[in-house]
Amino acid sequence: MAKANDDLFEYLIRLGDDHLILGHRLSQWCGHAPTLEEDLALSNIALDMIGQARSLYTYAGEVEGKGRSEDDLAFLRKEHEYHNLMLVERANNDFAHTIIRQLFFSVYAELLWEILSTSGDEKLSQIAAKARKEASYHVRHSAQWTIRLGDGTQESAARIADAVKTMAPNIQEMFDDDAVLQRLVQTGVIGDVAVLKAAWHISIAEIFSTAKIDTDLLETVAIGGARPGRHTESMGHILAELQYMQRTYPGCQW
Amino acid sequence: MSNNETLTQLWEVFIRPSNGLAHKHAGSIHSADSEMAVQAARDVYTRRGEGTSLWVVPSSAIVASDPRDKEELFDPADDKIYRHPSFYNIPDEVGHM
Repeated sequence: MAKANDDLFEYLIRLGDDHLILGHRLSQWCGHAPTLEEDLALSNIALDMIGQARSLYTYAGEVEGKGRSEDDLAFLRKEHEYHNLMLVERANNDFAHTIIRQLFFSVYAELLWEILSTSGDEKLSQIAAKARKEASYHVRHSAQWTIRLGDGTQESAARIADAVKTMAPNIQEMFDDDAVLQRLVQTGVIGDVAVLKAAWHISIAEIFSTAKIDTDLLETVAIGGARPGRHTESMGHILAELQYMQRTYPGCQW
Repeated sequence: MSNNETLTQLWEVFIRPSNGLAHKHAGSIHSADSEMAVQAARDVYTRRGEGTSLWVVPSSAIVASDPRDKEELFDPADDKIYRHPSFYNIPDEVGHM
């Protein structure tokens, strides 16, 4: 039984970390987005993702049974103990990069939450059912921008193509399989995640066709992958900012 | 946040509150097209559960009364209190009017 709980804890941490780090990245746009409307839209998505991370961490803490709270898990782990995708660490860079990063992740997240909403684990299925609605809006938002930038001006099309090229090496890591996932599928905690990759490519191809973006840009050598503990050089900077308050004033609340 | 005015159109936002009343003017947003306008309206004006339905209308489509006509349009209603339904007792069953 201990093993099953270990796997579930690991899985919740991976998902929670994906959402926390991308939520944090998006929060860095607050006050800096190209328009007021977009400033609020990106902050809304950031808050959705941090909210999802909170639910996942709270549950992870219960599963682990060592009394760690959502804050302990979010703020007081070391870099190698975060098991997020490298995709979510990618820099905001220009707006096109932010939009493509979001599109890639949110299409994945929406499909994943749908699978998890029928999880044999009741708590996880509840978290997934709520998160799926939020993810659907994130897909819609990033897809609409992708279409407008891809099929916009020469400048916007060039920038979106550059963003796709930059993020493409981080596509495969979303679909990597390992022993933890296999055991969770076997025990019915998660559904068949093997279908994710094909479904993701179909959704993206549809959006890219409307956006007049060449899907060949997606074909590239994968980097990262096999999650646990590996990060880009951005992660240290992200955590320095994210953890500053809790490290400097342990237990501080507001 | 500069140069936005020249690139994107202004839209007026109307929200239907959750209590089922009519759409009400909430404010305005900038957006390049109608679909993005609905999204922007959602993101700017419904963050605290304000609504169940949204309308966006190009601000240029709104025909407004001329402020100079204010006296002739609105002053005549000032002394006709009998037009207010305050002299009737409305039965509870009628509900919202």
